[in-house]
Amino acid sequence: MLTFLEKIFGRSQPPSKTIVKERLRLVLMHDRGSTLDPQLLGNLKEEIIEVMSKYIEIDRTESEVNLDKSEDTVALVANISVRNIKRENLR
Amino acid sequence: MGKTVVVTSGKGGVGKSTTTANLGTGLAQLGKKVVLVDADIGLRNLDGVLGLENRIIRTVVDVIKSNYDFDRALVRDKKLKNLFLLPASQTHDKDIVTPEEMRELCQKLIAEYNFDYVIVDCPAGIEQGFRNAVAGADEVIIVTNPEFSAMRDADRVIGLLSDYGKNNISLIVNKIRPKMVTQNQMLGTQDIVDELKIKLLGEVPDDEAIIISTNRGESILWNENSSAAQSYKEIVARMEGQEVVFKPLTYEETFFDKLRRMLGFA
Repeated sequence: MLTFLEKIFGRSQPPSKTIVKERLRLVLMHDRGSTLDPQLLGNLKEEIIEVMSKYIEIDRTESEVNLDKSEDTVALVANISVRNIKRENLR
Repeated sequence: MGKTVVVTSGKGGVGKSTTTANLGTGLAQLGKKVVLVDADIGLRNLDGVLGLENRIIRTVVDVIKSNYDFDRALVRDKKLKNLFLLPASQTHDKDIVTPEEMRELCQKLIAEYNFDYVIVDCPAGIEQGFRNAVAGADEVIIVTNPEFSAMRDADRVIGLLSDYGKNNISLIVNKIRPKMVTQNQMLGTQDIVDELKIKLLGEVPDDEAIIISTNRGESILWNENSSAAQSYKEIVARMEGQEVVFKPLTYEETFFDKLRRMLGFA
């Protein structure tokens, strides 16, 4: 009966399917992130730097690419150290 | 040429042994020569699902340790003369056999006994028993349930399998309750495929008829009118390379279902 009242007053929860789907998506991202091949992140970093190097000068040794896992999100964090902007790209 | 299919899940209790027995029965009903190998050494169970628990003389461990002498180890099904069981040992540990020995065992069953299908029932978990069971796999079938922990474990197993170079993986979603799916209180098979991102082999309803059949030591496939039997038949047809369009199980809501749902009791 409580859920009935909650529905009337528009406070009802989303169906449990929606909740479990969201929980599953996050936990799979965490699980997959923590079992990710470190080689893959290394390759990803190299390719990111390669693309960026077309436009700006990158300090490879000072750059990092990591998966940052917090409570409810997983983010790819790239900390790229810029050494110089290429002259031909200046206005 | 025959092939080795391994049925695995990560989590226990999702219905691996039941699935193995029913796939074997379905394929044998189509005339294929099938052997079911119980790789759950120490926790023998597939014999019971098939109702063959009183007919075991020698086990998979005896076969391997006798340099692959299969004499009196293959137990014939009660109804199908082309379906066999190679039972697990109840008295050994999982590390008594190696992945190489399991691979050799499956190859010999195909090469020397002309089996079309060697279906291996994998133990739960991702330890030695799992590694042994999947060693000889040409194909892997993951069984999961529409439930958080089963799907999470399935995803982990899929990751491990691709590390082992096993990429022919497909999915059976077991214990679906169409009524709950209709009412948005259970993940549907398509949702699960979207998350796990592997090829779907089919879904099986959570059917009381399966419990009754298992109690009797019979396959649900002999209960032709059950919806579970229908599901298994479609799955078996897909294993045989037929194009069977996937239609999710449906449930027609009654007037009272709708009313109860609107009132928040569903």
